[in-house]
Amino acid sequence: MAKTAIALTVNGEAVEALVEPRTLLVHFLREQLNLTGTHIGCDTTHCGACTVDFDGRSVKSCTLFAVQAEGAEIRTIEGMAGADGTLHPLQEGFREMHGLQCGFCTPGMIMRAYRLLQENPRPTEDEIRTGMAGNLCRCTGYQNIVRAIQFAAAKIAGDSLQEAAE
Amino acid sequence: MNEISETREAREARLQGLGCKRKRVEDIRFTQGKGSYVDDLKLPGMLFGDFHRSPYGHARVKSIDTSKAKAVPGVLAVLTAADLKPLKLDWMPTLAGDVQAVLAGDKVLFQGQEIAFVVATDRYIAADAADLIEVEYEELPALVDPFKAMAEGAPILREDIKDKTEGAHGKRKHPNHIFTWEIGDHETTDLAFRDAEVTIKELISYQRVHPCPLETCQSVASFDKIKGELTVWGTFQAPHVVRTVAAILSGIPEHKIHVIAPDIGGGFGNKVGVYPGYVCAIVASIVTGRPVKWVEDRIENLSATAFARDYHMTTEIAATKAGKVTGLRVHVLADHGAFDACADPSKWPAGFFNIVTGSYDFPTAHVTVDGVYTNKAPGGVAYRCSFRVTEAAYCIERAMDILAQKLGLDPAELRMRNFIRREQFPYHSALGWEYDSGDYHTAMQKALDTVGYQALRAEQRAKQEAFRRGETREVMGIGVSFFTEIVGAGPSKNCDILGIAMFDSAEIRIHPTGAVIARMGTKSQGQSHETTYAQIIASEIGIPADDVMVEEGNTDTAPYGLGTYGSRSTPTAAAATAMACRKIKAKAQMIAAHLLEVHHDDVEFDIDRFRVKGMPERFKTMKDIAWTAYNAPPPGLEPGLEAVSYYDPPNMTYPFGAYICVMDIDLDTGVAKVRRFYALDDCGTRINPMIIEGQVHGGLTEAFAIAMGQEIAYDEIGNVKGASFMDFFLPTAVETPKWETDFTVTPSPHHPIGAKGVGESPNVGGVPAFSNAVNDALAFLGATHIQMPHDAWRIWKAAEALGAQG
Amino acid sequence: MIPGPFAYHRPRSLAEAVALCAAHPDDGRPLAGGHSLVPMMKLRLATPDHLIDLGAVAELKGVRREGNGWVIGATTTQAALITDPNLAQAIPILRETAQQIADPQVRSCGTIGGNVANGDPGNDMPALMMCLDATFRLAGANGTREVKARDFYQGAYVTALEPGELLTAITIPHPPAGHGYAYEKLKRKIGDYATAAAAVMLTLAGGRITTCAISLTNVAPTPLLAADAAAATIGQKPEEATFAEAAHRAEAITEPTPDGRGPADYRTKMAGVMVRRALARAVARASA
Ligand SMILES: Cc1cc2nc3c(=O)[nH]c(=O)nc-3n(C[C@H](O)[C@H](O)[C@H](O)COP(=O)(O)OP(=O)(O)OC[C@H]3O[C@@H](n4cnc5c(N)ncnc54)[C@H](O)[C@@H]3O)c2cc1C
Ligand code: FES
Ligand code: FES
Repeated sequence: MAKTAIALTVNGEAVEALVEPRTLLVHFLREQLNLTGTHIGCDTTHCGACTVDFDGRSVKSCTLFAVQAEGAEIRTIEGMAGADGTLHPLQEGFREMHGLQCGFCTPGMIMRAYRLLQENPRPTEDEIRTGMAGNLCRCTGYQNIVRAIQFAAAKIAGDSLQEAAE
Repeated sequence: MNEISETREAREARLQGLGCKRKRVEDIRFTQGKGSYVDDLKLPGMLFGDFHRSPYGHARVKSIDTSKAKAVPGVLAVLTAADLKPLKLDWMPTLAGDVQAVLAGDKVLFQGQEIAFVVATDRYIAADAADLIEVEYEELPALVDPFKAMAEGAPILREDIKDKTEGAHGKRKHPNHIFTWEIGDHETTDLAFRDAEVTIKELISYQRVHPCPLETCQSVASFDKIKGELTVWGTFQAPHVVRTVAAILSGIPEHKIHVIAPDIGGGFGNKVGVYPGYVCAIVASIVTGRPVKWVEDRIENLSATAFARDYHMTTEIAATKAGKVTGLRVHVLADHGAFDACADPSKWPAGFFNIVTGSYDFPTAHVTVDGVYTNKAPGGVAYRCSFRVTEAAYCIERAMDILAQKLGLDPAELRMRNFIRREQFPYHSALGWEYDSGDYHTAMQKALDTVGYQALRAEQRAKQEAFRRGETREVMGIGVSFFTEIVGAGPSKNCDILGIAMFDSAEIRIHPTGAVIARMGTKSQGQSHETTYAQIIASEIGIPADDVMVEEGNTDTAPYGLGTYGSRSTPTAAAATAMACRKIKAKAQMIAAHLLEVHHDDVEFDIDRFRVKGMPERFKTMKDIAWTAYNAPPPGLEPGLEAVSYYDPPNMTYPFGAYICVMDIDLDTGVAKVRRFYALDDCGTRINPMIIEGQVHGGLTEAFAIAMGQEIAYDEIGNVKGASFMDFFLPTAVETPKWETDFTVTPSPHHPIGAKGVGESPNVGGVPAFSNAVNDALAFLGATHIQMPHDAWRIWKAAEALGAQG
Repeated sequence: MIPGPFAYHRPRSLAEAVALCAAHPDDGRPLAGGHSLVPMMKLRLATPDHLIDLGAVAELKGVRREGNGWVIGATTTQAALITDPNLAQAIPILRETAQQIADPQVRSCGTIGGNVANGDPGNDMPALMMCLDATFRLAGANGTREVKARDFYQGAYVTALEPGELLTAITIPHPPAGHGYAYEKLKRKIGDYATAAAAVMLTLAGGRITTCAISLTNVAPTPLLAADAAAATIGQKPEEATFAEAAHRAEAITEPTPDGRGPADYRTKMAGVMVRRALARAVARASA
């Protein structure tokens, strides 16, 4: 099958590649770009483990073809920590609040939460739960994921961490 | 506050030892996408394998044509049973003493069964080629209902063993029969029923479900022809067992097999067994001389690897009118699917189902279990529970509610009247276990008081009245569950897998600078071992947890162990950890005494140091001692500071807990909403409360999913219905209730640190709590027992059958 | 789960897209959000040889007022329907319905055009379009034509769309001020299609229901316009007896397939319950 040339930005870096048109975005990221932090959990667009940020929206990268990302700006979990290694408040929040166990859902969770907080910087618990409803976790029961996102929201807003922990 | 105690506190805090809410070590890599899961692995020249699977539940395979698949550019090999047969690998032994087809030969026995394995240069080509394999079938009648398995004229499934009248667990009554397992006292139990004032009898079914971790099963096999060595990376909860099985199957010497379980994305019992995919990847690597990766997709996972439950339990209780139980009788019909591939300890074909007397003082009991074959996927694994313990807990907790209803007693009160009392421990149950410790009344009372149980019952009565007056269509249920688990398999006197005793191990090495590496025979899949084992070590030998690296999963470096499932890591490997630490400490004491120039009886351990008794200012820290161990060991002592422990537990541990669920059900739609869920757990000594709470949240969420909707269902011709996340119920954050956790602490008397294991309690205790709530809500309309799963339509239908749908 | 191979086309203009679709009437498929199509392709239930990606066609996106109605471009996403302030004001039921579709990620990709063109009885927008009396603009080799949503659905995955035809936009008449509306959907969980759902648009005057449209999702091979049920409410007082009669008539036209969401009789009853609830909520929202 003939390959198609695509040009896009991934985690701030320009990427040019040749892909078979049917290559799923998630496979492109994982296998061609070696960004294996984005996971595959279901294949049917339900689990959200493959969530990445795509032109300012959260998408499930198992349900897009890489060719659709032509010209797109993509951010994956690997692009979340600062250049100097400082963790994003969400990464910190997930650790502080024990928002992960096996860690398999975590990159997708963080990427979705990242966009959620852009859309709604101070979500209520209910808004977090509906905002995260496209991401499944088999380990945590979500309660600590909610707290992790609240922690990050507070930290981004500059609240004292004491308050966030409550 | 005086100075000295402050320092001690600071010293203790620095250790981050037992009981502290240490943040997880694992999270640093996981939150940055730097975990290393199997599918992340990329090796030069790596190939990809994919299966062609049976569309039929039961059919004869007339012919397999792989020519079109082999013609696809990029395909290197296609394996079928005919290719495996000369290698004697077309069948493999299961952990339950049966055999399982690696690739189907003459017959397929369940939908999704593996028929051919395509090996290609990438997964896209492998998938294309797998589609091009042409199989000619002759469809056979499928056997789906386990109750019909031994009926006259039932289709015979396992032609390979149809004439065998002896199975791995004794006599077989029918070609579709696997075993009968019997325990308890038949006669005294019959007498108890003969003399009973009150009896109940109910068929309590626990539907077929699936552990369904978020990461599916996967592996990479790489055979080095020149060295004759095989390396296998995989989603293995028990890597050492996989190595042993691989050695037995392949004939490759065990020391030339390297099994590595990297980070695992959840297991819950799904990743204990050995699957055809692992075997085919290994064979394919041997055949092609290149590494071969196999990754199942979600539909394959749900329909082919390791279901759980499918237990149909006819349950009877005998009791007095005053509500004292006098006997328990259970017959289980166990649907094992096409092969008996349970991962139970070898001598336990029904696992530890004989914990079914639960938390109650039954004077006598009798249990029989019949395992049968059906045209369904094999498995029967312990899905977030110890072997068949959740089935047992569901059985007894449901039955106690049914008895309470019959007696007109409150279900909490009935439990209180029958609990094993604190002074009865260690308690010998009618079915042969020795419960190590417990304080059930205290736990139950705390739960009832916390939720305001009496007030809830009053509210429920008021709502029932309103319902009867036609003012509301909402009813309220209160589900009470009090479970006793049996975990930590287990003592070599009664537990082995393939003849290997179910000990576990720890090897701890203190480096000269006082940094530590510790390796265990278990394997975390999210249970936070890297964090918690280090806490045990910190408390035991006084080196900060941050200076301890815990490593698991590499069979070359880790000591032999039986892996992680059945909540066994804490009872076994954590105990081994403590024991290894104590060996180190004993040596450290000698070194300290030598350095302090006193007799070793004159020094004592103090948090992170040894000090001279009565002279706290004269001490040597563990760091000093470690250096000395390598630098100038005392005369007569070997240099170095390390120890290994293989811990054979003297008994199982018996965590318990009291759970209460408050539920509102809209009878117009059948939709149930959990208003409140309170979970009190007693898992003995609490190693890390944060992690315990996380485990409880997760386990309750799984229990909620099971009780309220999960099911791997088959239609009458053996098609799996709904093997994807569209139908298989995994709740999102929206459906998941909020959890309240609580605890009491009754340490295990025989465990070195008193811990019992907690990962599975919430599943075991949670399922009956939800189910009892549903049943309790409809009891006033006349319901006695409504089968799970309690999804909306089934609740609606149950209400309809009770005449509550207008 | 790997899709089969195909040739990929990325037209930059509507004309180009229409021409490409027309050139591949049988072996091609337009790709909008891909959130129905790609899962089907991964299961190899759909194996188009040509995929015509509508993603770069600017003319197909966006919402605008036109005459006495609204024109919604086919590739406007469900997320955009939720956030568009004018639509939320004018046709709030669109937002209410879109919010009940799948999850945020799916809504950020899935388009209204793909949702209505798909022909899956589980999709929520088709019934809503029938309720709103929307019109679909179709473009093909022989030019453009318009088909009413109420005439569009012929069977499961069978619509009035001719092979090679593209749906370009949806027009919706501006609903009367003060109308009441509700989309009631029963589902097992987020990410599931409806067990049953009902859309209601109505107006009240003088304490009576004056106009009413009711439609149903996922209780038959096609979305259903429950005309008889709606007729039963006209001129009636907005009270429980009226709702119950409408529910009863709505139930009568359902033919649900039994599946994991429940047996047919249950789903029929749920269609009734959804109608009753939607009517009650719509009435509460309408100004008398
Ligand atoms: C997990 C999950 C849950 C979902 N739940 C729901 C739900 O509850 N309710 C619901 O309504 N939907 C649901 N969906 C479907 C989702 O809303 C889809 O996005 C939508 O059905 C299709 O829109 P699309 O833009 O993605 O179309 P595509 O998938 O791109 O296309 C769908 C079909 O329509 C054709 N098509 C697309 N655009 C045009 C056009 N302009 N002209 C002609 N033909 C066209 C395509 O060729 C294809 O055959 C769910 C999807 C997922 C993955
Ligand atoms: S893998 Fe993409 S949603 Fe599950
Ligand atoms: S942490 Fe394991 S799936 Fe979420």
